Amino acid sequence: MRITIDGVTTEVDGGTILDAARQMGIDTPTLCYGDTLTPVNACRVCVVELEGARTLVPACSRRVEDGMVVHTDSERVRTSRRMVLELLGSSVDLSTAPDALAYVDRYGAEPARLGTPPAPAPRIDNDLYVRDYSKCILCYKCVEACGVDHQNTFAIAVAGRGFDARISTELDVALPDSACVYCGNCVAVCPTGALMGKTEFDLREAGNWREEEQAQVDTVCPYCGVGCTLTLHVQDDAIVKVTSPDDHDVTRGNLCIKGRFGYRYAQNR
Amino acid sequence: MPDLKLLDAEPTEAEREAIDAVVGAEPAGSDRVVRSRPRRHLLLPALRAAQRRVGWVTAGALGYASRRLEIPPADAYGVATFYALISLEERPAEVLHVCTDLSCALKGAVVPEGAVPSPCLGLCELAPASLRTIAGERPREIQIPEERLPVHGDKLLRRIATGEPYGELRALARARELGPEAVIAAVKASPLLGRGGAAFPTGLKWEAVARQPVKPHFLVCNADESEPGTFKDRVIMEQDPFALVEAMAIAMFATGCEKGYVYIRAEYPLAQRRVQDAIDAVGIDVELRIGAGAYVCGEETALFQSIEGHRGEPRNKPPFPVEAGLFGKPTVVNNVETLVNIPHILLGEDGRDTRLFCVSGDVARPGLYELELGTPLSQLLDTAGAEPAKAVLLGGAAGSFLRPDQLDLELSFEAARAAGVTLGSGVVIVFGEDADLVSAVLRIAAFFREESCGQCVPCRVGTVRQEEALHRLASGAANGDERAVLADLTQVMRDASICGLGQTAANAVASAIENLGVLA
Repeated sequence: MRITIDGVTTEVDGGTILDAARQMGIDTPTLCYGDTLTPVNACRVCVVELEGARTLVPACSRRVEDGMVVHTDSERVRTSRRMVLELLGSSVDLSTAPDALAYVDRYGAEPARLGTPPAPAPRIDNDLYVRDYSKCILCYKCVEACGVDHQNTFAIAVAGRGFDARISTELDVALPDSACVYCGNCVAVCPTGALMGKTEFDLREAGNWREEEQAQVDTVCPYCGVGCTLTLHVQDDAIVKVTSPDDHDVTRGNLCIKGRFGYRYAQNR
Repeated sequence: MPDLKLLDAEPTEAEREAIDAVVGAEPAGSDRVVRSRPRRHLLLPALRAAQRRVGWVTAGALGYASRRLEIPPADAYGVATFYALISLEERPAEVLHVCTDLSCALKGAVVPEGAVPSPCLGLCELAPASLRTIAGERPREIQIPEERLPVHGDKLLRRIATGEPYGELRALARARELGPEAVIAAVKASPLLGRGGAAFPTGLKWEAVARQPVKPHFLVCNADESEPGTFKDRVIMEQDPFALVEAMAIAMFATGCEKGYVYIRAEYPLAQRRVQDAIDAVGIDVELRIGAGAYVCGEETALFQSIEGHRGEPRNKPPFPVEAGLFGKPTVVNNVETLVNIPHILLGEDGRDTRLFCVSGDVARPGLYELELGTPLSQLLDTAGAEPAKAVLLGGAAGSFLRPDQLDLELSFEAARAAGVTLGSGVVIVFGEDADLVSAVLRIAAFFREESCGQCVPCRVGTVRQEEALHRLASGAANGDERAVLADLTQVMRDASICGLGQTAANAVASAIENLGVLA
């Protein structure tokens, strides 16, 4: 199939406009898109102009069709992307969302002219991770990770409607009363820090989270026979976070409660 | 999903009975029944049944419905909290929903203490209107007022206007003589365009579904009429339900649909009863589904989501419904008014292309008017006895405001498009000299904020920011940036929202500012 993006025509084997753009080295912003998740195209920051279409289309989920002509940096595209970022920045605390903040700069968004985000509201109801929905952009990734895309636990869903829509357990019960199994796969896909490991949360509260100084060390999970790859994030000679690579054949970025959170024994000295 | 973690709360006996009436009695002695077909599509009917029995959805009812239908409780909670007419908080068995939308506001709607304000109830010609819901052993819903006005028209509305009974299903018999292909050819040869708002040629839609090799095919009649100011489909369903049911039978025959659904908004109890009776009398495989208070479910893919037991969040298109619609199968979706044109096409007795217009507001004779396409709006306003108008809202909350000097507009798709307006769902609301246009604009903005599903950022946050900017302008608290903000919001909602709700959420507001100079 042939597709023309920003004046350059290229040959692709199916996939989405986002795939094609990436193949051509065009950096398309994304927030709700995840390499290992079904696109929900809810954030609309990846919209592009498709000739012949009445509205802009989401690059992350629109499949390439032969002969498509796409513009990724037109005035219309830049306006919509800037406005999406202003709308998010005016309603959500993006302070721990590095990608979103970079896009705010890139598109010259001024969220303050639309409103002020709510104050932090961390919900600490367990020892492993913290939820702060004042930082939630409602990208649906955590719901997908908890559901059929990854974990099949179904502890959370989107509840409410419109501006009142939010991620919730059934009847908003605390996590220990919900179906949550603390795999932390929702934390792994959260793009804004609305879901955060307790260790990271505590270090940030203490002003001692120094990501730029952290080493990342790959190892194999010591618990069971599956052999998941763990990436240990190490600061001051201590493990502060555990992830797994998204492109790993077995985990696709996922772990279980032991692999993700069961690391304290390693640093009992 | 036998290992679901369930809610602890238990339903009462009454709730259990109400839910069992929808989902079937629980098989005795086995807690693990493997079902070949998922039944989550029964979630909304089950929650509705429980609420009609006790007045609201308790934790016990939610838990029992999710257990019986094998839906995770968090997921079921997400669905229940989506719909405005489902209450998860305790409330009295009897609730009065009072319409505060455009037409009712013009007629001085007042919300008494203890009543709940409601978006448009589709009784605009009878404004001010309300809906009383009564839960209990004999649950019922009462539309207020209960009287009905005469209609004005002599093709689609002829039987209603003359009181003539429906008689035999001649058009269905004719369709069977012709065969499916000839029926589709006849519809294609007619000028019929969809009346739901998008004006897509009906014949092409039917043909596209008929040709799909994937089976089964479904027919969905969109009777979730919720555009403020619209009541045409309600009048047809209440007073001429056989016309709709016969048309659905023809559509299913022509497009090879195994089963049909008609999705009627919850606010239309009389239409629900009349259509159900007509379905039973004709004996076709059409299931009545009832909404639960969500304008967005009038968007076809949101409507599928709702029937399937999900939150009414629109899907991304493509794929289009003709390819992958209800339950992922090829689906014909037609509006009520579109469908009732079909018998006339097949019988070939009246070739006029007419449209229904819902006239309300400051007029002497509000009601439903059938006009040949191309009739000037001014003629309709004269017929209906409109007061000298300060403005006319054409097409509903997603439509546009016209100035007094624009009222000679020809009511046709082409003329509307040329004038940059839309006929939408045929709404004509007249704002007389004393009408408060600022309040109307604020009400429209509030409507979209309340009805946004919340899925995409432009609409979820944009509708809130739009309303805030308008309130600042209206209250004299403007910071000077409002016009620029509104223009930017209009563009991002139009260009980047997932569905038609967000894409049109700024239309009427923008036209009020640009065309009428309201809040300008």
